[in-house]
Amino acid sequence: MGEFKVHRVRFFNYVPSGIRCVAYNNQSNRLAVSRTDGTVEIYNLSANYFQEKFFPGHESRATEALCWAEGQRLFSAGLNGEILEYDLQALNIKYALDAFGGPIWSMAASPSGSQLVVGCEDGSVKLFEVTPEKIQFARNFDRQKSRILSLSWHPAGTHIAAGSIDYISVFDVKSGSIIRKMVLDRQHLGVTKSRCIVWGVAFLSDGTVISVDSVGKVQLWDSATGTLVKSHLIANADVQSIAVADQEDSFVVGTAEGTVFHFQLVSVTSSSSEKQWVRTKPFQHHTHDVRTVAHSPTALISGGTDTHLVIRPLMEKVEVKNYDAALRKITFPHRRLISCSKRRQLLLFQFAHHLELWRLGSTLATGKNGDTLPLSKNADHLLHLKTKGPENIICSCVSQCGSWIAYSTASRFFLYRLKYEHDNISLQRVSKMPAFLQSAVHILFSEDSRKLFVASNQGSLHILHLLEGSFKHLHTFQPQSGTVEAMCLLAVSPDGNWLAASGTSAGVHVYDLNHLKLHCTVPAYNFPVTALAIAPNTNNLVIAHSDQQVFEFSIPDKQYTDWSRAVQKQGFHQLWLQRDTPITHISFHPKRPMHILLHDAYMFCIIDKALPLPNDKTVLYNPLPPKNESDVFLRRTAHAFKISKIYKPLLFMDLLDERTLVAVERPLDDIIAQLPPPIKKKKFGT
Amino acid sequence: MVEESVRVVRCGGSRLNFRRAVFSADSKYIFCVSGDFVKVYSSATEECVHVLHGHEDVVSGILLNPNNHLQLFSCSFDGTIKLWDYLDGILIKTFRVGPKLHAIFIPARAEDSVFLTISKEEPDIFQLVSVKLPKSSSQDVEARELSFVLDYVNRSPKCIAFGNEGEYIAAVRDFYLSVYFLKKKKTCNFTLPSTKNKKNAKNKFTCVACHPKEDCIASGHMDGKIRLWRNFHDDKKYTYTCLHWHHDMVMDLAFTVTGTSLLSGGRECVLVEWREGSEKNKEFLPRLGSTIEHISVSPAGDLFCTSHSDNKITVIHRNLSASAVIQGLVKDRSISTGLMVDPRTKALVLNGKPGHLQFYSLQGDKQLYNLDIIQQEYINDDGLIQIELVKAAFGCSGTWLATVEQRQENKSELELQMKLWTYSKKTQGFALNTKITMPHDDHITALCFNNAENYEKPILVTASRDGHFKVWALVDDSDIYKKAIGWTCDFVGSYHKYQATNCCFSEDGSLLAVSFEEIVTIWDSETWELKCTFCQRAGKIRHLCFGRLTCSKYLLATTHNGILCCWNLLSCSMQWSAKLNVSVLEPDPYSDYVAAVSRSTAGSDLFVFKPSEPRPLYIQKNVSREEVQWGVFVPRDVPGSFTSEAHQWLNRSQFYFLTKSQCLLTFSTKSPEEKLTPTSKQLLAEESLPTTPFSLILGKHRQQQEARLNGTSENELIQLPLTENIPAINELLHTPAHVLPSASFLCSLFINSLLLSKETKSSEEIPDDVDMEDKEESDSSDEEKDFTEKAQETNNTDLGEDVIHQLSKSEEKELRKFRKVDYSWLTAL
Repeated sequence: MGEFKVHRVRFFNYVPSGIRCVAYNNQSNRLAVSRTDGTVEIYNLSANYFQEKFFPGHESRATEALCWAEGQRLFSAGLNGEILEYDLQALNIKYALDAFGGPIWSMAASPSGSQLVVGCEDGSVKLFEVTPEKIQFARNFDRQKSRILSLSWHPAGTHIAAGSIDYISVFDVKSGSIIRKMVLDRQHLGVTKSRCIVWGVAFLSDGTVISVDSVGKVQLWDSATGTLVKSHLIANADVQSIAVADQEDSFVVGTAEGTVFHFQLVSVTSSSSEKQWVRTKPFQHHTHDVRTVAHSPTALISGGTDTHLVIRPLMEKVEVKNYDAALRKITFPHRRLISCSKRRQLLLFQFAHHLELWRLGSTLATGKNGDTLPLSKNADHLLHLKTKGPENIICSCVSQCGSWIAYSTASRFFLYRLKYEHDNISLQRVSKMPAFLQSAVHILFSEDSRKLFVASNQGSLHILHLLEGSFKHLHTFQPQSGTVEAMCLLAVSPDGNWLAASGTSAGVHVYDLNHLKLHCTVPAYNFPVTALAIAPNTNNLVIAHSDQQVFEFSIPDKQYTDWSRAVQKQGFHQLWLQRDTPITHISFHPKRPMHILLHDAYMFCIIDKALPLPNDKTVLYNPLPPKNESDVFLRRTAHAFKISKIYKPLLFMDLLDERTLVAVERPLDDIIAQLPPPIKKKKFGT
Repeated sequence: MVEESVRVVRCGGSRLNFRRAVFSADSKYIFCVSGDFVKVYSSATEECVHVLHGHEDVVSGILLNPNNHLQLFSCSFDGTIKLWDYLDGILIKTFRVGPKLHAIFIPARAEDSVFLTISKEEPDIFQLVSVKLPKSSSQDVEARELSFVLDYVNRSPKCIAFGNEGEYIAAVRDFYLSVYFLKKKKTCNFTLPSTKNKKNAKNKFTCVACHPKEDCIASGHMDGKIRLWRNFHDDKKYTYTCLHWHHDMVMDLAFTVTGTSLLSGGRECVLVEWREGSEKNKEFLPRLGSTIEHISVSPAGDLFCTSHSDNKITVIHRNLSASAVIQGLVKDRSISTGLMVDPRTKALVLNGKPGHLQFYSLQGDKQLYNLDIIQQEYINDDGLIQIELVKAAFGCSGTWLATVEQRQENKSELELQMKLWTYSKKTQGFALNTKITMPHDDHITALCFNNAENYEKPILVTASRDGHFKVWALVDDSDIYKKAIGWTCDFVGSYHKYQATNCCFSEDGSLLAVSFEEIVTIWDSETWELKCTFCQRAGKIRHLCFGRLTCSKYLLATTHNGILCCWNLLSCSMQWSAKLNVSVLEPDPYSDYVAAVSRSTAGSDLFVFKPSEPRPLYIQKNVSREEVQWGVFVPRDVPGSFTSEAHQWLNRSQFYFLTKSQCLLTFSTKSPEEKLTPTSKQLLAEESLPTTPFSLILGKHRQQQEARLNGTSENELIQLPLTENIPAINELLHTPAHVLPSASFLCSLFINSLLLSKETKSSEEIPDDVDMEDKEESDSSDEEKDFTEKAQETNNTDLGEDVIHQLSKSEEKELRKFRKVDYSWLTAL
């Protein structure tokens, strides 16, 4: 495996923003997640929960509701009073429409998907028709006194339940009039609260309305008579979210104490047909408020202020005990937020609204394997670059020489030139960016820092030639005819001859940079690409997919390499395929062509192509081999995968030079320390 | 009197909390196992109504007969199931099953089969089997056809429950819950994670209960969690809810009759009521005193009861208020005070609940009361070093009580406290008089009062390991505020810095003997002068006592290396010595006998002797297989009349002793048959309905109706309630039909009892009544006794006139009315 000096970086002060809404789409098995900073992420649950798309946030757009309508169209509404539709192909916002009802608190799509209702601050419930291109305002329902915090359609689409403050109203969709009003009890353990906020409602097909409220109750109402059927007091704090399974045999609620409760419809006795809702299992995977929950056919999904997205599979629904049966906790984005300048030992950290440039510390000390070396020179915070405007940064990159920084927001592209004079840095913005460079999904500098590659959200790839203080547009690779799919990942060969680009679904395209033409396309694979890299000298393209498969494709030969074929023939180790975070970065050792370095959030691995592949019987995770063991033993147990789990959660790892690694960690405790304090609970809950 | 052999018998004090108590259908009675017996208590008055004798080994389970709620099933380690009529205390049937039975279950719908837990050949592996009880008229039936139901069940009946009227059986063991469906003959197993970490190791199941109406199983766990299992018909789709309040293991669970609440209890001494299976909706009944071991619910639903580790049953109302306490002998702690007899109540006194002294009535087999000595809240926690009550002594015929408590955190820190309590006639209890902190610098090894009657001033002597003995005297402690008396140290004696190990006063109180390791010193109790010393150099003195009555000139001592010595105090010389490893040496205060229990490898042997002669008068080998820890002579109420020399020592007192496993044993001459005769003659109170508001209204209505019916003939009304007082009628009405003699025999008796005239002295009736009186014994109620006395008087022709004279005019009038009544209808019967 070799010995490395490792820069263990823990000063990346990144805090993901809290999750506000999740929406599960049954058709495509995708999950849309919106965060408090307005970011919307799309997770593909079929592809190992890979975060395949994301829409950058915006300061003024606090998303309050998210829903799928008309198949796979994604809508969101927020406190700025606008309804947004997202373009899932081009990764931008299709349009924003003001609902003219003040801040929007809730939104729900009709069961058929052809209609949307939104609940506004002024107490109005507005119905919109979903047209193929846009949405169109249809009607206002009877206006209520206070804000509408939750909405739910009857599965037949005839009625809507709306949760407000202190009461739930049931609307008839046809007439738009209120037909039933159910008033909630404000008592909480003997104390009357000033108000009872209905945080969530769910309408079942038998007419039952389930409500969750701020006094900690889950209540079942009969909407036909407007009476309370059953009340479950489950928390001392607010119950903030509810989601019902499509079969209506179970539902899930999330509380402000971080607990998620599962309710199931079970028969009272085996012989009778009478059924009752029973609170079954509590799950405590969150430390903070569970703001939102979703119920997929096989899993309970929850997210909240503590920024984790938790996917808890339902054991009884899982057929075989495999990868899907494990609990998932997604905390970090599945893309790189860090880029590195090897030559100057710089790290560029990308935050939502600023960039930080750090110079790594250095040491003169030497030590044995495993020693912690004292720093002779501390890490330097060189630059703090704030963005202009309310938009979040989509992507950023620092060049290998460290003299160029580029980043992009949803509407603007920025390029800076850095000059180093002793300890001083001067920053100069390259002005007059061309009009086509508006928004980039991915930015990459070439190895010699003379070329800049920009993947725009229109599907095209721009190549810029960088000069001292200015640039020249060299070429634009237009997308394949008819597609507007954005390219998300780029990789350039160290010799500067080849450029590989991958979109969200289609295969990887390889471009010849000398002749400025498409060289070839790697055969399409079912799972999205999570990382790309081109090896030096051999120009082998290494591709990692979300199902943990790694392919090696020879660009000059336009075919998979022998090693890759051998790997595919034998298959990866069972434990390797069960890893639950995608590989986010691939790099190569300049002196050891047989090595591939890659990492995910919880491990760092060197694949040695010279060694035999492990089969399912061998131990995949070998701890450091015992030194006094005979060489024979080592040779017998050695296999191609050398895995280290020392650094976690690992956000970035790269080779600075032959003997030096840089690892950026972000301990979860540090993130929790920066979150607001959770609701205080006594030890025995008394 | 014919001499009978003397036997060792167990005399009460057995565990009432061994199994769940059972309520009768009307909640009037509580049944609980108590050693070889089943006891029937009244749930309202806490009195023991019946003791059901008959099993030959420990009773391991009781259950109401679901087909006849006036009958009770019991099973025992002796391999039999017995069916009782508990109202009369009669054994109806015995089913001989064979193997040792550990538990009995009868699901509601089962016709005639019962489920039993038996042990397989290997120890600690138990099976649940079902047995068909044959329908036979004979009293003793063989039922040996066992059919296997479940294997590897837990021995405790708490770990098996029947649900949904016997449709399924839930059994838990270790980390498994097995649900066996009787109809489908299918078993579903649910396992909790058991390995890996410490947290999982506490997942172990401890008890199980089934919901009476719904398909829901509640299980208790080591970590204090309660799981409510549902949907257990499916191996995959099962689901459970957790309820977590207990911080220590859940000892027992019970659903209320309607199933709306779940009751749980554990080491926290708190009964928790979970309403509607919800974690947030719970009620507590705290401070129940000690660990809740069992919970049971009455079939009527109005009462619960909890069995506690301190041998107590608490009856609790539906609204969670304790209404009655049935307390047996508290046995869950080591006895350090030894056995004493309260001179006032003749109750046995020993350590009870932590920090308490219990007064236990040997006759009634129940606790009279608890005296809180330490007067501090007991905190039930592992590893907490508690204050312990170590010594106690009564003085001056029960007027004074001295207690010593200690707490030792480590070797150097000893907290000692001596308390002196005086009996207050006003409150009929002991009140604290003097509290002495650190009376000695080291452990107190013995304390004794000068109990001689001719001494006015009570004197207490304490001996301690610090080498001193102290004499405490009662002095006037009055000040300007109040008149008071208190105890103070009068004299401190020591002998060559040896540890004082024992002390005792002679019977007349003139001499005090204190042993210092190997040496016995005799002190004059007037002047506190050292009179003489005895030294046998045979080892440290373990016991020391003076002889009584005719043998008061002798001093007895035993040593640690197994020598029993007797000195003559007049000659100051050794009278005799014997080689005997004595573990208990106890003089009878009412006779000159001394009992010594020696320890040998085979067991414990009892020797009774007079100090005057070295020859034992009575030897009983092997009184117990275990070590005997304490013994005491309890004076008899009625002196025995044994004539043989060997048994004379039993005349005045009875010897009770306590073994290491805290079995209270005694010697009895009664034959086992005599002891086991069912007391069928004890008639129970009438089975009238409880006085509910409804019955009051109904009664009123009936009264009015009757009044209207009778109208004018009111004057000639026969006073019906009067018949209730006639024992013959009572007997006729309350004795079960199957034990009654033939009707023709009873008829004349019945008629005669109704007649009231001078003809009562018919030759037929006199023997009858006498017979009846014999049967009634001392247990019958006072009322009945009164009447029989009267009846006797009326039978006596000489006194007949006097009785009539005693009657008032109005009564006479009524009696005359009686004569007018036409009894001709009786002939038609």
